[in-house]
Amino acid sequence: MAVCVAVIAKENYPLYIRSTPTENELKFHYMVHTSLDVVDEKISAMGKALVDQRELYLGLLYPTEDYKVYGYVTNSKVKFVMVVDSSNTALRDNEIRSMFRKLHNSYTDVMCNPFYNPGDRIQSRFVSLGRAFDNMVTSMMIQVC
Amino acid sequence: MEGLTLSDAEQKYYSDLFSYCDIESTKKVVVNGRVLELFRAAQLPNDVVLQIMELCGATRLGYFGRSQFYIALKLVAVAQSGFPLRVESINTVKDLPLPRFVASKNEQESRHAASYSSDSENQGSYSGVIPPPPGRGQVKKGSVTHDTVQPRTSADAQEPASPVVSPQQSPPTSPHTWRKHSRHPSGGNSERPLAGSGPFWSPFGEAQSGSAGGDAVWSGHSPPPPQENWVSFADTPPTSTLLTMHPASVQDQTTVRTVASATTAIEIRRQSSSYDDPWKITDEQRQYYVNQFKTIQPDLNGFIPGSAAKEFFTKSKLPILELSHIWELSDFDKDGALTLDEFCAAFHLVVARKNGYDLPEKLPESLMPKLIDLEDSADVGDQPGEVGYSGSPAEAPPSKSPSMPSLNQTWPELNQSSEQWETFSERSSSSQTLTQFDSNIAPADPDTAIVHPVPIRMTPSKIHMQEMELKRTGSDHTNPTSPLLVKPSDLSEENKINSSVKFASGNTVGQQQTGVVAHPPAVPPRPQPSQAPGPTVHRPVDADGLMTHTSTSPQQIPEQPNFADFSQFEVFAASNVNEEQDDEAEKHPEVLPVEKASDPASSLRVAKTDSKTEEKTAATAPANVSKGTTPLAPPPKPVRRRLKSEDELRPEVDEHTQKTGVLAAVLASQPSIPRSVGKDKKAIQASIRRNKETNTVLARLNSELQQQLKDVLEERISLEVQLEQLRPFSHL
Repeated sequence: MAVCVAVIAKENYPLYIRSTPTENELKFHYMVHTSLDVVDEKISAMGKALVDQRELYLGLLYPTEDYKVYGYVTNSKVKFVMVVDSSNTALRDNEIRSMFRKLHNSYTDVMCNPFYNPGDRIQSRFVSLGRAFDNMVTSMMIQVC
Repeated sequence: MEGLTLSDAEQKYYSDLFSYCDIESTKKVVVNGRVLELFRAAQLPNDVVLQIMELCGATRLGYFGRSQFYIALKLVAVAQSGFPLRVESINTVKDLPLPRFVASKNEQESRHAASYSSDSENQGSYSGVIPPPPGRGQVKKGSVTHDTVQPRTSADAQEPASPVVSPQQSPPTSPHTWRKHSRHPSGGNSERPLAGSGPFWSPFGEAQSGSAGGDAVWSGHSPPPPQENWVSFADTPPTSTLLTMHPASVQDQTTVRTVASATTAIEIRRQSSSYDDPWKITDEQRQYYVNQFKTIQPDLNGFIPGSAAKEFFTKSKLPILELSHIWELSDFDKDGALTLDEFCAAFHLVVARKNGYDLPEKLPESLMPKLIDLEDSADVGDQPGEVGYSGSPAEAPPSKSPSMPSLNQTWPELNQSSEQWETFSERSSSSQTLTQFDSNIAPADPDTAIVHPVPIRMTPSKIHMQEMELKRTGSDHTNPTSPLLVKPSDLSEENKINSSVKFASGNTVGQQQTGVVAHPPAVPPRPQPSQAPGPTVHRPVDADGLMTHTSTSPQQIPEQPNFADFSQFEVFAASNVNEEQDDEAEKHPEVLPVEKASDPASSLRVAKTDSKTEEKTAATAPANVSKGTTPLAPPPKPVRRRLKSEDELRPEVDEHTQKTGVLAAVLASQPSIPRSVGKDKKAIQASIRRNKETNTVLARLNSELQQQLKDVLEERISLEVQLEQLRPFSHL
């Protein structure tokens, strides 16, 4: 369902980005990049309120003609951005939330690996860390609505 | 390989030998050292021994399972009888004498041998300490010179077994224990079984199980256990007692059943051994791992933190990627720390990798820490995980390990076993994934967490409230208490507050506003009231009953004031009003926590209807309160909305807080209403009238505030537009 999933580090560089339609990947990269601005805006807006109540799930960042972009930020300012096809009308907010939750859990698992240095790319190419993360992302992407 | 059929005598003999060699009582795997000693005692030339070991599959496996052991024994018998060593000869050679093993000193064993022939059962009780054959040195470093890596495939098997030959010299290469160093890579052929994988860093000396011919494995337990029971059968095994070949024992069958009819011996061997887990950790290895664990973490039930484990495994000089993969596999519960079992599994994987085995996609079953839910699924037939696994049931099923997906294993060698493997692991992993998934859900992120309201102090507003209170008390009309006492609905309160505001003179509003200005601290409380709109919502709603407009404003406005008031009312130690207000204030704080994130709109509306319908019956006062509270569910959205609205209304909040204070004061007085029910009706009616008046006043005030709100919103919009225009530049 998710067309593109990206994990952005605190310093706004990508830790992991993957799209399903392999063609036109650059377009998704660009969308994710532009969505970072929206994420920052939401973070700052919510930050004015009580910080501890800040929601991790940011919701729909912005919709385009074909896609919708959802955002999620962790307490350590690691951002997850997901691009979803707009034709997936059946995709409810709760499902997006659960997908982000799974992402977050997988990311936590990668973090738990002592061989992973925070800030490294989450490599899933090799038989290495990120393999499980990548698999989870794959499962999200090929899920049937 | 065809099933191994043993006669009864053979069966007993072999099982006894097995238990003899099974010094660690694993019942499944024989210690290699013992086995090799045994074979040495068979007085066969080394190459024959090697060949036997190869044929039975132990070299490949690295250890002797029961089937391998039995086959080996049979082959020993074959060799001793002078027959060529072939796989087929195991069953084809009839009337094989029992294999003979000579030990330097042990008559009892020979007696045992005799007893076998006589079919007596003598289990265990091997007595006598048999010093190791001379020369078998106790382990020592690497001396596996004798790598006797005589070509395993040496076709030298023709050597007739010589009956009593002096015990063979111990392998020149003193068996090096894996505890010591050195591993000779020479033995490490491709066939080197996993169990024997060589040490790569210093302390790691590996007991190579069948690799370089048995020599390597001699060590095992470096000092031969004092109770080394030698199966020495000096006298020739009775040849005549061979009974007809009975069907293989159940055990043999179980171990051998996986064997498919294969053509080559290797295949046969592999198939037969495929049931034996190649990833299984031998006892020696496990002991070594445990010792290594102790060097890091003395407590065997404790954890090795990730950083320490990282350093330790980095010493193995494997690439970081592979180490991280190993970690992913072995950290079963994903806690960032390694228990003993996890550590052994990780160590085993490192060893495997060092010896050229590819890392599996998911953790092999035998390496999995024994979990309660795994024991059933993992125990397929006979091959259990390491018996040594301990304490892992304590580990909760892996909390979250997506790394145990049901991927297809791609074993380098065992194609056939992989299927079995997958079934095991899939079964087990599925159960794990289920549990994992559940626990994945458990630590739900805050999104799904129930947003519980947090009571907030309304200190700043107290100042306002004090003003309001003073004004109110000053006003003649407002005795919020008495009329309010009578009037059940909250309207009275609000009306009173508003009226008091008004009555205090037209200046009150202005004063309020100025007061607001003078009280910048009033701003902070604003978010709070909005957050805890619930309890007080119903009150403003009642007031709203009079106010026709407002579906939105009352939400915002009334919410804000209400909270502050009650706490403030507590502060005020005024007359009845204060008392009653206190009562109500007490109630409200209770309500506050419950209704923090309530939906103001719905609650307001509900309260409105409630108030309207219930019209001033003292009895309904408490009902109103309760009703007002019930509809207030804590969805997060209203909180956000309120937050945003707060921001929007910031400039107006001052006024709102003023009104809030008024309303709160009014509302606070309400709880007293029920008590005063019993008072005379005239007072009630009078209070009703006054309440109505205050209602109208409040309505007017509300409309004014609405106007202000709109103005402020327009200003906000314009400001936002300007901000948007500026923003692109700021980001550049």
